Amino acid sequence: MPGQNETSVTLHGCKIHVLRGGAGAPLVYLHGAGGGGLWLPFMEDMSRKFTVLAPEHPGFGRSDTPDWLDGIHDLAMFYLDFLAAEKLDDVHLVGSSLGGWLAAEMAMFDSSRLATLTVIGSAGLFVPGVKKNDIFLWSAEETARNLFHDQAMAETAAKLAVDPAGEDARMKNRYMTARLAWQPRFYDPLLMKWLKRVKLPTLVLWGENDALMPKEYAAAFKKRLPQAQLEIIPECGHVPQLEKKDLFTERLTRFLAEAGR
Amino acid sequence: MKFFFFHLMPYAHLDPDYDKEYSTDWLIYPNSNYDPKKGAKLYNRYLDEIEYADELGFDGVCVNEHHQTAYGMMPTPGVLAGALSRRTKNVKIAVLGRALPLLNNPLTVAEEYAILDNITEGRLVAGFVRGIGVEYHASGVNPTESHDRFHEAHDLILRAWTEPGPFAYEGKYYHLQYVNLWPRPYQQPHPPVWIPSQGSSETIRWAAAKERRYVYLQTFSPVTALFRYMDMYRDEARKAGYEASPDQLGWSITTYVADTDEQALKEAKPHIEFFVNKFLRMPMEMLLPPGYLSLSSMKGVMAAKTSLARKRTMEELIEQGQFICGSPATVRAKLESYQDRAGFNLLLPNLHFGTLPADLTRKNTELFAREVMPYLRNRLPGGAKAA
Repeated sequence: MPGQNETSVTLHGCKIHVLRGGAGAPLVYLHGAGGGGLWLPFMEDMSRKFTVLAPEHPGFGRSDTPDWLDGIHDLAMFYLDFLAAEKLDDVHLVGSSLGGWLAAEMAMFDSSRLATLTVIGSAGLFVPGVKKNDIFLWSAEETARNLFHDQAMAETAAKLAVDPAGEDARMKNRYMTARLAWQPRFYDPLLMKWLKRVKLPTLVLWGENDALMPKEYAAAFKKRLPQAQLEIIPECGHVPQLEKKDLFTERLTRFLAEAGR
Repeated sequence: MKFFFFHLMPYAHLDPDYDKEYSTDWLIYPNSNYDPKKGAKLYNRYLDEIEYADELGFDGVCVNEHHQTAYGMMPTPGVLAGALSRRTKNVKIAVLGRALPLLNNPLTVAEEYAILDNITEGRLVAGFVRGIGVEYHASGVNPTESHDRFHEAHDLILRAWTEPGPFAYEGKYYHLQYVNLWPRPYQQPHPPVWIPSQGSSETIRWAAAKERRYVYLQTFSPVTALFRYMDMYRDEARKAGYEASPDQLGWSITTYVADTDEQALKEAKPHIEFFVNKFLRMPMEMLLPPGYLSLSSMKGVMAAKTSLARKRTMEELIEQGQFICGSPATVRAKLESYQDRAGFNLLLPNLHFGTLPADLTRKNTELFAREVMPYLRNRLPGGAKAA
């Protein structure tokens, strides 16, 4: 039995869905552009030692789309208030892709409730001269396929991505991704300047074969974050938490244990 | 019926085999394929063709706006309208851009249109559009802001034209401490506003509103869509408490006339098919970026899967009323029947299309002017003569 509860939280006039499971120090997982709402196997693993909270962002999936949501800063402010409203302290903040960007923004503005930061295949920065693909010119099928290095996983994902049952959520998620990331494309000039404010133990975790955020982006995060350590997962695409779940869980657990000492 | 000669100015030297390597001639098709020597000749030829429409007695001419594509070479239509403003003497000049949401400062268009209106002493028709989806890829402007930016830019331009300056403007996207337009438009209170669209109920409701009563233009669509959206405009006008005039409705239609049906079909076929299958070719992700349409409209479109990648024949286009082609009698009969059903009084024939060469364009324009226009000039929907 999956050990999670589905709950909802209303804040700033916006009701969001939050999955919760486990016990221990809080670990908040922020999903990427593809959306959340699923209790994933790595969450189940992590919930053995942590209280895992996995919200669906405003504007995504089953959560409301508030009028005030114009950009990534709005989302960062919302989640900082979410941490306060939930009375969460010493939070291990983990974000993937767009969620990693969001996590970095939150930490930049206010890290007082945070214990650690983990960014996975994260957006948010711009590295001159490194070609990034344009996911807004990819079909849903192509996007899903390009997330993975493992071809069998890629094909499974591509099939799921055209399942009519998920069409409404996919369109909603795609809309909000454009709202947040169209221009500047998946980065924030403010974060470029002020990410260095973040004085937290940070894990920069990346798939070696990430086709969405090339691994030069991992180096860019590492460079700006003095307390960061870099983990490159070999033979892995954009979402190591799915593609190399066991290795991912092991590395994250080890980092959190070391940081907690 | 009033007649506005409409030109899209395509880069006619587009390699017919480009689509073996590229999915589209928009956005990602390298501009190394643009030859400035050939392009220069085309610009001058096309401007000649538009100016000729003035000599032949058209009521107006239209230029158009698209970016980063071989489909049309008019990314800044105001430049071409400026060239035409001095060389034409009688025609109205309709700028069927400008894509307002793409602007960083809408006053640039308020100024540009005001200058054109002054030079021509009131021959300008001011077009306002959102721009098709691909323009949001080309400009970087966020497509989820498209509707809001359009409305804000429109309101700012109208205020700049009609309210005494200087005044301050504070919007969500545009912030100006001083709005004080020099020159003011020649036509008072402002030039006529036309709204070209492929058909969006939001746009139609907005254009038909009592305080605006803007001209609505249906662009490249099957006649079933034309009929539906013209009916919708009239319904919206009635809901707003007035009857829409046929002068508030226009149709842009690619047209080819020759002495006989057979000759017209034979001469037009390669060029209209090049237009629709080569120039218009575009993947859905490019045409409809997220947020360009509301989620509910987007669902409808995706369900219909009307991909622009599908090859179409001239015969299909004629059948669907997206192309009118034939002898003068055939063309007149079709236009009369479509006018009666749709109720428009403005016709914007695209008498150049695709790769149609200069000699056939000239012949088409002459035949249209001599054998079609005079017969329909004073005709209203239902066949009545205009006073």
